[in-house]
Amino acid sequence: MKFLGFIVVGLAGAILLYGTGDFPDWGDPYSPASLHISKDYIEKALDQTKVPNIVTAVLADYRGFDTMFETAVIFTAGLACFLLLRDFREKKERFYRHTPTGVILHVKAGKKILDGGKEFEYMDKDWVPSDLIIKTVCRILIPFIQIYALYVVAHGDFSPGGGFQGGVIFGSSLILLAISYNLKTLVKRISEKMLGVYAALGVLIYLGIGVICMLMGGQFLDYAKLAPLIPFDSNHIRALGMLGIEIGVGIAVTAVMAIIYINIVSEGRHDEGL
Amino acid sequence: MTDLLALIVAKYNYWLYVILMMIGLYAMIAKNNLIKKLVGMNIFQTAIILFYISIGYKKNATLPIIENVHGTGGGHIYAIDYINPLPHVLMLTAIVVSVATFGVAMALAVRVYQRYKTLEEDELRMRLSEK
Repeated sequence: MKFLGFIVVGLAGAILLYGTGDFPDWGDPYSPASLHISKDYIEKALDQTKVPNIVTAVLADYRGFDTMFETAVIFTAGLACFLLLRDFREKKERFYRHTPTGVILHVKAGKKILDGGKEFEYMDKDWVPSDLIIKTVCRILIPFIQIYALYVVAHGDFSPGGGFQGGVIFGSSLILLAISYNLKTLVKRISEKMLGVYAALGVLIYLGIGVICMLMGGQFLDYAKLAPLIPFDSNHIRALGMLGIEIGVGIAVTAVMAIIYINIVSEGRHDEGL
Repeated sequence: MTDLLALIVAKYNYWLYVILMMIGLYAMIAKNNLIKKLVGMNIFQTAIILFYISIGYKKNATLPIIENVHGTGGGHIYAIDYINPLPHVLMLTAIVVSVATFGVAMALAVRVYQRYKTLEEDELRMRLSEK
């Protein structure tokens, strides 16, 4: 199998390498990819959309449909992770930790579920206390990561950035919280239900802006028609519309990152794991 | 020989991506462990993403954000001064979607492991044929 695979890979690689002879040179400004539509994008995007970052202009305006369905794909991926892994069965054995003393209670299968108030916390079997240095560093770091993520989302029109990137950064800050403390800390901050709501809300914001454009008499995602709703800055109306959908994308991506992480590390049980 | 060398030097970027892609393809075909196959798939995707990005590159051009928008200069914007934004847009979404699909693949791997207690392909085939 390994040898056969090596032959197949070698053949495919040789054909591809032979094919590179027809490709344009590295950095050729007149390569076919740079001649047709991309020339128009670069020269006209600023006039048409008032957005200096052409990547965002193409992503959110010229190719708005594409991006909408990409967001839907991400939402679907989060949903698939949830449906594949989520496990709602009651656990047989339960462990409770008395917070002031550190004594651990073991409640065996079939016994009554303990409600010890605030002094007892429910924990997993292989729980170890998080390291103080890691906890402190992450506690300082996480707010900055989140502010940076918001900056990346908000400045997507003017500098490299946008909803996808900002959403991933924000999602990774949530994952960092789960790694440095434990999974329960994250689930306590943002419940599973809210994550699902946020993921759907992100896609809904995107769709909603498109539908509002239609209701205002334009075509789907034609941001220029939003001008009567935002009277103070009609010159940059397309930029504002793009900001709106970037926020939607950011929320959806954040929530889906967290959903995927939580479900995979805990095998769908949400109360133990990394 | 010098001909071939000149060809490689002019298009060394494509050679790197093809090599990277073949590493990923080999991992997908030959590796026995499902997680290693997924890693191979990710390497393959990375090669394609790099390939697209390199298509958009132009010599002596800057990144596709129009300079000096609020300045007095204005003037005409020439496409030759800015690298091609289209591959960047396509790959921007492709990266995030690849992360999401990788998540789904990992979820499937977790389910497989929960059921069969192994991720090795030959052992999985054995377990499946036992039934």
